[in-house]
Amino acid sequence: MLGIENLTGPTKAAAQIGIVLLEAIILYVVYGGLSALFSDWITDSIRGE
Amino acid sequence: MSLAMVAMFVGFGLLIGTLFGFFGMGGSFLLTPALLVMGYGSDQAVGAGLAFVFATAVIATMKHRDLGQVDYKLGVLMIAGTTVGLEIGKEILNHLQHMGLGDTVLGIVYVFLLGGIGLFVSRNALKDDDGGGGIDHDADQDVEDAEIPDIAQTIQSYEVPPMVSLKGGYTISLWMILAVGFATGLLSGFLGVGGGFIRMPALFYLLGVPVPIAVGTDLFEIVFSGGIGSFLYAMEGSIKLGVVVPLLAGSALGARIGSASTSLVDEEDIKIYFGLMLVGGSISVAAQQLGKAYGIEILNTVSIVLIFGAAILVAGAVVVSAIAALREEVQPQATPAD
Repeated sequence: MLGIENLTGPTKAAAQIGIVLLEAIILYVVYGGLSALFSDWITDSIRGE
Repeated sequence: MSLAMVAMFVGFGLLIGTLFGFFGMGGSFLLTPALLVMGYGSDQAVGAGLAFVFATAVIATMKHRDLGQVDYKLGVLMIAGTTVGLEIGKEILNHLQHMGLGDTVLGIVYVFLLGGIGLFVSRNALKDDDGGGGIDHDADQDVEDAEIPDIAQTIQSYEVPPMVSLKGGYTISLWMILAVGFATGLLSGFLGVGGGFIRMPALFYLLGVPVPIAVGTDLFEIVFSGGIGSFLYAMEGSIKLGVVVPLLAGSALGARIGSASTSLVDEEDIKIYFGLMLVGGSISVAAQQLGKAYGIEILNTVSIVLIFGAAILVAGAVVVSAIAALREEVQPQATPAD
């Protein structure tokens, strides 16, 4: 996956952890943005306003 | 991996994230036994658990850093002890695996750990309806108001050099910090957990670190213990990105839902469910171990239903309670005040 199959040892391990770290940062930014955009709308919908 | 499996991992991540976001702990020590129950080897389950914890802690630490709740000096010193503990914990698990006992011993340890903590939390929740007892997980608590437990005061009084001064204006022996770091690292390496459910109480009860700083520093350290631990497992090819990536996608969203719910729902109301969920997890792992030992297939199905059912029940209770609380907020406005 993502071209890291051919890597070995510490390089492959570092690449895998890097992918996980990058995903965490991207999710933090994307979900944070979505929360800022839609949280009020979702809260109002639940309240029935 | 099939699309159904990916969707299942995203959904399970959503459940775990909701629980982690609400309770501030309990991510990996539910995930790792769940992967064991699903038939993954102990090294793969522990590796995925550590990688998951690492990424979740990165996200949570970013939030706590902004609140000034991270003692970096304490965190770095803890990391030194944790790193040694991690390596030894991993070696113990490797040794047991070579003997063919890894899965069984890990399963048994999880049965007692989950069961013990679950019963402790449930008993406290039933006993302390007034909210007393245990640790207040309110990260917004004022640091100045924090009371230092008696044990921590005693430990702080032992002046074994070198002494280290920490955030909050107190000093403690370097050796105590390293010992606590080592013990939690050992658990992290062996069980594939971040160690937060042990380290955070240890920082508070043993070192006297105020709860808000204990929470922030614990998360900061989990970034390193999870990162180092998952790197060590990745070196041996035990990290399955196909499992970790969809889990994280679900959990990052769940964590937002869970943390948003904390301002709406009283944690004490849900704590009993959390305790029972851990007990359910313990029974689930026990059923899986028995099923494997005696070749009873139905016990494996029972264990899967139990662990997923328990997580769905508690995460559902959190979300339903939050929605009910939001709707109740509207009630006074629906009735004309004048």
